[in-house]
Amino acid sequence: MIALFLRDIRLAVRAGGGFGLGLAFFLIVIVLVPFAVGPETALLARIAPGILWVGALLACLLSLDRIFALDREDGSLDLIATSPLPLEGVCAMKALSHWVTTGLPLVIAAPVLGLLMSLPSEGYLWLVVSLALGTPALSVIGTFGAALTVGIKRGGLLLSLLVLPLYVPTLIFGAEVARAGATGLAVETQLVLLAAVTCVTMALLPFASAAVLRMNLR
Amino acid sequence: MGSIWEYANPKKFIATVDRVLPFVAGLAVLSLVVGLIWGFFFTPEDYRQGSTVKIIYLHVPSALMAINAWMMMLVASLVWLIRRHHVSALAARAAAPVGAVMTVIALLTGAIWGQPMWGTWWAWDPRLTSFLILFLFYLGYIALWAAIENDDTAADLTSVLCIVGSVFAVLSRYAVNFWNQGLHQGASLSLDKEENVADVFYHPLLVCIAGFILLFIALVLLRTRTEIRARRTRALLARERMT
Repeated sequence: MIALFLRDIRLAVRAGGGFGLGLAFFLIVIVLVPFAVGPETALLARIAPGILWVGALLACLLSLDRIFALDREDGSLDLIATSPLPLEGVCAMKALSHWVTTGLPLVIAAPVLGLLMSLPSEGYLWLVVSLALGTPALSVIGTFGAALTVGIKRGGLLLSLLVLPLYVPTLIFGAEVARAGATGLAVETQLVLLAAVTCVTMALLPFASAAVLRMNLR
Repeated sequence: MGSIWEYANPKKFIATVDRVLPFVAGLAVLSLVVGLIWGFFFTPEDYRQGSTVKIIYLHVPSALMAINAWMMMLVASLVWLIRRHHVSALAARAAAPVGAVMTVIALLTGAIWGQPMWGTWWAWDPRLTSFLILFLFYLGYIALWAAIENDDTAADLTSVLCIVGSVFAVLSRYAVNFWNQGLHQGASLSLDKEENVADVFYHPLLVCIAGFILLFIALVLLRTRTEIRARRTRALLARERMT
C-alpha cells in the first residue's frame, strides 16, 4: 500500500501529473476576485474566508478526475484491483495521495493568498486549521465521485455535478470556522463539527468507493 | 395473493400495472380536481396573508412528495442492491425525474408566495437551501443514469449514489440549519401536534396531498412500465441483429 502511495505521489509530481495545476488554479481564482468585486480592503477582508474556501474547493475539484482515469487508461487499475491489496485500502491510499498532492499545497499556500485578500491577522491560524481539517474530507469524497465516473469517457463535468452537493456540509463548516476565526468569535462548535464530518467520511467512504470501483471494473 | 416479491417478475408487474393504473390515475385526477377547487374557491382567505395562502395546496404536497420520492428511490435502490430485482432499479430510475419536478414545483410556488409575503423571491433559508441541494442530488442521479451504457452497472452505481447521497442530504439539512437562521415557518402538518393549520384549510389540504401521492404513484407505475418495455424492445432488436 505504501508502494502504491509513493508511486501515486511520484506520478503526480513528475511531468504530466498535473501537480501544481490545482495550486495555480487556486491562485488565479483568488487573484481574479478583487478584479471582480473591487480593491476595497474592508470588503475583501469580509469575504476573504469564504472566497479562500471556495477557491480551495474548486482547485480540489479540478484534479479529481485524475485519481482513477489515468490508471484506468493504461490498465494499471485492473492490475491493482486483481492484486492481493484490499480495494478499500487502495481507495484510501488514492485519497491520501490526492490530498498530499492537492490539499496539502493548498493549505500551505492559503496564508499567502490570504494576504492578497487582506485577511485580518486573527484569521490566518483558523483559516489554515480549517483547511487542514477540511481538505482531507474533500479528497475522500472526491475519490468516491471519481470511482463512480471512472467508466465514463469525459466524465469531468458529471463528476463535478455529483461531487458538489456532497461537498456542501464540509464547505459550510469549514468556511464557518474560517469566518468566525477572522472576526474573532468562538470557533469550537464549528471546528468540532468539521472534524466530525472529516472523520466520518474518511472512515466510511473508502468502502463505498471500493464497492463502486468493483461495480465499474466488473 | 402471494408475497410482494412476485411483482419482481416484469411480466406480472406489467399485467398488474395494466389493471391498476387506470384506477390510480383516475383517483389522482379526481382528488386533485376536488382538492384544488375546494381549496382555491371554497375556503376563506387568511386574515393576514389574503388569497396567497391558497398556494399551500400546491406547495405543501409537492414539497412532501419531493422528499418522499427520494425515500422511495432509496428503498428501491436497497432492494436492487440486496435482491437484484430489475423492476426495482427501473422504478427508482422512473421516480427520479418525477421527484425532481416536485422539487421544482415546491421551489417555484415557494418563490411566488415569498415575493408578496417575505418581500423576496429567494432567501438563503435552511429549508429553501436544503431543497436546492436536494434538487442538485436529483440532477446528479439522473445524469449518472443517463451517462452509463451498461444497464446493470448504471443501476448499481446509481443505487450507491442514492444511499451515499441520502446520508449527505440529511447532513446538509442540519448543516444549513447551523449556517443561517430560518425565515420559513415550522411544519404546517404533523400527526402528533395540536397546532396544525386551521381545519378549513386542513381538510382540502389533505385531499390535495392524497392527490399528489396518487399522482406520483401513477406516474412512477407508468414510467416503470415504459422502461421495462423499452428495455424489452432493445433486447428484441439486438436479437434480430444477431440472426
